[in-house]
Order: sequence, then structure tokens, then C-alpha cells
Amino acid sequence: MGNPMKIRATLNGDTTDIKILMRHDMETGQRKDAAGALVPAWYIQSVVVSVAGKTVINAGWGQAVSKDPYLALKVKGANKGDPVSVTWTDNKNDTRTDETTIA
Amino acid sequence: MNKDRRKVLKAGAGLGLLSALMAVGMISPQQAQAAIGRGAFDAKTIDDVYKALGVAAPTASDQVVINASDIAENGAVVPIGIRSNLPNTQAIALLVERNPNPLAAHYDLTDMAVADITMRVKMGQTSNVVALVMADGKFFSATKEIKITLGGCGG
Repeated sequence: MGNPMKIRATLNGDTTDIKILMRHDMETGQRKDAAGALVPAWYIQSVVVSVAGKTVINAGWGQAVSKDPYLALKVKGANKGDPVSVTWTDNKNDTRTDETTIA
Repeated sequence: MNKDRRKVLKAGAGLGLLSALMAVGMISPQQAQAAIGRGAFDAKTIDDVYKALGVAAPTASDQVVINASDIAENGAVVPIGIRSNLPNTQAIALLVERNPNPLAAHYDLTDMAVADITMRVKMGQTSNVVALVMADGKFFSATKEIKITLGGCGG
């Protein structure tokens, strides 16, 4: 299931800032361990952010996204108290969903 | 005795929630897949990425803004922001020219999203980064060189 995400969603005027910090190793598949063997690729491939049940952003990621990924985005037309849901899926088909509400 | 009963109740409630979520399709992995194929992420050059995404040569536009510092000290964590001032921006992609696979991330935006995204990527070496934006069915891009400092001795 992976580690929990940190999600912060704050309303600023008519846009909402959403900041997400995920916990994931994001192995590229190119790094070698101490024994010289390749560490297999293990990274988040897709991230879906939705607000009040509607998808806002559907992201596809490659190996180049940094370890413990950070993603910040902006949403318009959302209201205070709306639920924000973030789901990621990695290349081992592990997935995790975390939720918060807009403050 | 009572404790056990609580545990059972809890477990039951958890399962119920999970299947309810599945029933409404909130956590189906198929839905979580991005709209573009994974092939674009395996491409080795920017041109191949464009081909995989079905992009003809994008127009350079000053309405696409890359917000990143000129020099990054640590190539493992390079913060990059992309903003598009173009109306009806539908998708944003970030490409790092000299990475083994240039396509780093691709975002499909719905009409609720503001075309302003910040993220952190890995860069193997000093390279151009390209922000590719699809607006109104047309492709626009912006390019910026980011220098990677190795060994932390400036420069």
C-alpha cells in the first residue's frame, strides 16, 4: 500500500492550491547497488487528482521524477470543504489513495 | 470476548468501505492509468517522444513559462514549474533532453485545473528542459537550459 501522502489544499481567492508530497523510492532501474547489480525500476506511473469527485489532473510519470515526489497544482471553481483525493499507481501495480478537504 | 467482537466489526467495516469504493470505480487501477500510452516514456530522444505523442514540431511560445533556477546544485532533485497562459490548455508535458528517457511527466488537465504545475525531477547532467503544452488542439513549447552542478563546488 505504500506510505501515506501529505496533502495540503488551501483556498486562495478563487483558486485552490494543492500541494502533494508522496513517499516513494522512484527507482529508475539504472542505479547499481553495492554489489554492482542493477536495482530494478520501481516508480509511480500514474497520479490522479480529483476534487469533489471530479478528476482535475491525470498524470503519467516516467522514472525521471525525483524520489519522494512533490506535486503542486492549482484548481479553480472549488469550494472550502470539498474533498480532495489523490491516487497513485506504480509499475508494480501498487496503489495508494489519500484524501483531505480544502481548507 | 467483547474486544474480539470489536475487531471483527472493524474488519467488516473496512472491507465494506473497500468494496464500496471499488463499486463506484474510485480505486480501479484501469481508471488511474494516464490517457497516453507508456511508449512515450520509453522513447530515447525528444523527437521519438513527439512521435509517440503524435506531436508535429511544436511552436515556440512565450506564453509557456518554465519556472526553474538556471543552476541546480543537486541533479537528483530539480524543482521545475510550468505555467501556460494559453487559453484552453489541455495537457502539459515535461521533457529533459539529455535524460535516458526524455519524457519525465505528462499531465492531462480538465477544465477545473489551472495550467500551473510544479514538480521535482532528476537530471543526469546539464541539459535543456522542454515544456510541451497542448492548447486548443495545437502544441506549443518553451525551452530552458538548467545547469547541474556536480560535486557541489559551484559553477
